Amino acid sequence: MQQLEALLREASDLAEGVIAPSAAEAEVERVMKICNACRYCEGFCAVFPAMTRRLEFAQADIHYLANLCHNCGACLHACQYAPPHEFAVNIPQAMAKVRGQTYSDFAWPSSLGTLYRNNGLTVALALAAGLALFLMMALAKNGTLFHAPLAGDFYATFPHNLLVSMFGPVFLFVAVALGLGVAKFWRGISAGDPNAAAIAETAHDVLKLKYLDGGHGQGCPNADDASTLARRRFHHLTFYGFMLCFAATSVATIYHYVFGWAAPYALTSLPVVLGTLGGIGLLIGPAGLLWLNVRRHAQHGDAAQKPMDRGFIALLLLTSATGLALLAGRDTAAMALLLAAHLGAVMALFLTMPYGKFAHGIFRTAALLKWAIEKRAPNPVGVGSE
Amino acid sequence: MKQDTSSTPDVLVIGGGNAALCAALTAREAGASVLLLEAAPREWRGGNSSHTRNLRCMHDAPQDVLTDAYPEEEFWQDLKKVTGGRTNEQLARLAIRESSRCRDWMRKHGVHFQPSLSGTLHLSRTNAFFMGGGKALVNAYYRSAEALGVQIRYEAPVDRLEVVDGQFRAAWIGQERIAARACVVASGGFESNREWLREAWGQNADGEWPADNFAIRGTRFNRGVLLKAMMEAGADTIGDPSQSHCVAVDARAPLYDGGICTRIDCVSLGIVVNKHAQRFYDEGEDFWPKRYAIWGRLVAQQPGQVGFSVIDSKAVGRFMPPVFPGAKADTLEGLARQLGLDEQAFVRTVRDYNAACRVGTFDHTVLDDCHTEGVTPAKTHWALPLDTAPFYGYALKPGITFTYLGLKVDERAAAHFKGEPSRNLFVAGEMMAGNVLGQGYTAGVGMTIGTVFGRIAGASAAAATRKEGVEHAAA
Ligand SMILES: Cc1cc2nc3c(=O)[nH]c(=O)nc-3n(C[C@H](O)[C@H](O)[C@H](O)COP(=O)(O)OP(=O)(O)OC[C@H]3O[C@@H](n4cnc5c(N)ncnc54)[C@H](O)[C@@H]3O)c2cc1C
Ligand code: HEM
Ligand code: SF4
Ligand code: SF4
Repeated sequence: MQQLEALLREASDLAEGVIAPSAAEAEVERVMKICNACRYCEGFCAVFPAMTRRLEFAQADIHYLANLCHNCGACLHACQYAPPHEFAVNIPQAMAKVRGQTYSDFAWPSSLGTLYRNNGLTVALALAAGLALFLMMALAKNGTLFHAPLAGDFYATFPHNLLVSMFGPVFLFVAVALGLGVAKFWRGISAGDPNAAAIAETAHDVLKLKYLDGGHGQGCPNADDASTLARRRFHHLTFYGFMLCFAATSVATIYHYVFGWAAPYALTSLPVVLGTLGGIGLLIGPAGLLWLNVRRHAQHGDAAQKPMDRGFIALLLLTSATGLALLAGRDTAAMALLLAAHLGAVMALFLTMPYGKFAHGIFRTAALLKWAIEKRAPNPVGVGSE
Repeated sequence: MKQDTSSTPDVLVIGGGNAALCAALTAREAGASVLLLEAAPREWRGGNSSHTRNLRCMHDAPQDVLTDAYPEEEFWQDLKKVTGGRTNEQLARLAIRESSRCRDWMRKHGVHFQPSLSGTLHLSRTNAFFMGGGKALVNAYYRSAEALGVQIRYEAPVDRLEVVDGQFRAAWIGQERIAARACVVASGGFESNREWLREAWGQNADGEWPADNFAIRGTRFNRGVLLKAMMEAGADTIGDPSQSHCVAVDARAPLYDGGICTRIDCVSLGIVVNKHAQRFYDEGEDFWPKRYAIWGRLVAQQPGQVGFSVIDSKAVGRFMPPVFPGAKADTLEGLARQLGLDEQAFVRTVRDYNAACRVGTFDHTVLDDCHTEGVTPAKTHWALPLDTAPFYGYALKPGITFTYLGLKVDERAAAHFKGEPSRNLFVAGEMMAGNVLGQGYTAGVGMTIGTVFGRIAGASAAAATRKEGVEHAAA
């Protein structure tokens, strides 16, 4: 009888164009119903307060909550129903599985969404190495791979216009692909209109990585139930390191086009200072995140996504390491070699961005913005007031 | 396998929940070497304490997560009321006063607090909630205890005690004898001892053993072994041996560790019938938080120890969402079928109830004027007819929270033998809660008693070893 009902429901859902929930989504729905009857974890993060505004968890709610979860791990160690309890509640794991799924479901173009499943460490490294090799081959063919010191004149190796024509389209493609992906996600979770206060709060939550503080400011679990701020701090180094590198490139672009000042820039110039600081952040940050990732409690998150996580970390490390090496060696005969390696790493990082771990930042920011909008509206579920 | 004497701890703590941990931490802070024995394996450590969410705290002005004030006198009056006077005023006031001071100590050992949870506004003044609940608290205490050098052994169920003339000598785990200078027993009640519960609840007129159908809301490790061992050693008891705190939970709740999420909160919004589809008690007698603890017993007294809470769709969203989906049907007949009730009898009960409803102004936040006239039992508040499909039904069974039988103690938490306090044997937590809570319950008192008397027992045990040390040195 129940089987028949389920079949009928499925049939009518299909007729209405509703997509049946995946196993990962069904699991989030199951555990959220347990949490909603328990609520002990309300103080850790935004997921639980958002949950209490709902009695049912539709697919869109599940996508939203999964991306709101920061995989901090606090609610797993605190959970009275965590395995080996028969309820087997593991929120960070259930959320991570759906998160991984949303990255590929919402990827643009959707045919490339499957890349997520293959975006592992080896793929990332192979891509970087392949691109570097390709660049080196091109240089070798032109006879400029080994050269007399050029005093850091990169453009003697790769003409500026060539670099722009290589990286410009890739960068634009990344921006468009990520933008369209997150726009689709945003429409799906029907988030409403942001106001200034909600945007300001989101910016604060993103820039401070508020939900890695455990709700009490002492951080979140990593290897065991002890709270640590290490993950947040290494992420800050990674994030701000990345942003500084990005800023360095942007300033250099302005120097080039607006002021007509061509590279190489002096060691004390703004682009080099920003790039050096950023590079150091992007070296220590991902190294720390990798160390934490390796030591991470086995039940946190989705083991199947570790290769993607580590692939992303490896590319970040490769980018910063080759960038700093290039800075150090820019006056030597190895400059062209180092440049090729660095450009290969950067190219691989950007190419994999829309189809790898990088999406986490964008999707999480969108989910945080929805939370900031939603929490300002009255709670649609009345039980809280009785 | 005997432990060699060089590693004999000053203080042995038996149990691994809140009270045991508070005792172990305090004894260690006082300089004693401490060994803690927890019956459960590590992943099940923490006893019923890992299912808790708050403790009741006296305070004279708003504090971090506590609103307004909850002065000593009000706390005391509340306790007096819920226990019907079955409480020791001196010990109760000690617990109350210490509850105003213990939270800084708790924080020091890693416990974090959070504002009262959504749906529990009525507790925001009196109860401080643990961030992440009791399991987070237990984790924090174990971590702190390890850091301070408390020795911890899991899967170490003590099965007997060596007590001579009211003085503790050693505890036994099978063939292993563990001696110590002083001992704190904090190993909970006997709620997960099925045979004992059976005995305590007895047999009913229909020849059923009601306790056979109970869910145990907490740990499976509180089997009352130490309670029995202490009684056999001649310790004085307190509290009603036949009583347990008993609430109505979803009949699909697991046998053990169902915890808080299996409770059903919609009783006052509808009706409750037994397996013959008859109502048996005023569902709207008082606010649900004040009444939920009587429904376990009410259901336990029904044939088959089951009840069925029935609501219509008007009630949806007005109560804490239940963990399992209810039976749901568009007709009363359909619902009866799903619940396994006699259709005609059920429909008649609902029709009679509906016809008796005198609907005034429904308001679930006050004792409103919606009531019944002409049905027995009456529903005295929130009586709305069940007339809006779909209808929902939840099967209920009794869930045992804890038992009331305990050991008599004094303000040093010393166990008593024929009225005389032991010099080196102390009791904390559930095992002595009956001194303060002879019957009844009010949210958060269990953890208050466990924390306060756990710390007292730990300090007393450490002090007892020092005295003993002095005596040894003098001899
Ligand atoms: C679902 C639920 C929710 C609750 N919520 C609250 C709440 O919010 N606030 C509140 O104040 N109270 C609450 N209570 C009551 C509260 O759990 C108890 O008052 C409190 O936990 C008692 O602490 P304890 O340390 O004495 O016992 P427990 O925490 O039960 O610890 C007993 C320990 O002894 C161990 N043990 C048992 N036998 C042996 C043995 N032979 N040898 C060695 N070790 C042994 C057990 O493994 C366990 O670790 C709740 C109870 C339940 C069941
Ligand atoms: C824009 C907002 C961002 C937010 C809100 C955010 C948030 C987070 C969170 C919560 C984690 C931990 C999750 C987990 O363990 O799975 C994480 C991991 C990580 N983030 Fe971000 N991030 C953002 C942007 C970025 C950016 C721009 C970078 C780098 C370019 C970055 C690099 C990383 C790395 C390397 C990890 C570690 C992955 C791992 O160990 O598994 N993040 N981020
Ligand atoms: S994670 Fe566990 S303890 Fe936390 S709210 Fe959910 S069910 Fe409750
Ligand atoms: S893992 Fe952390 S962020 Fe995710 S739901 Fe649990 S407490 Fe919240």
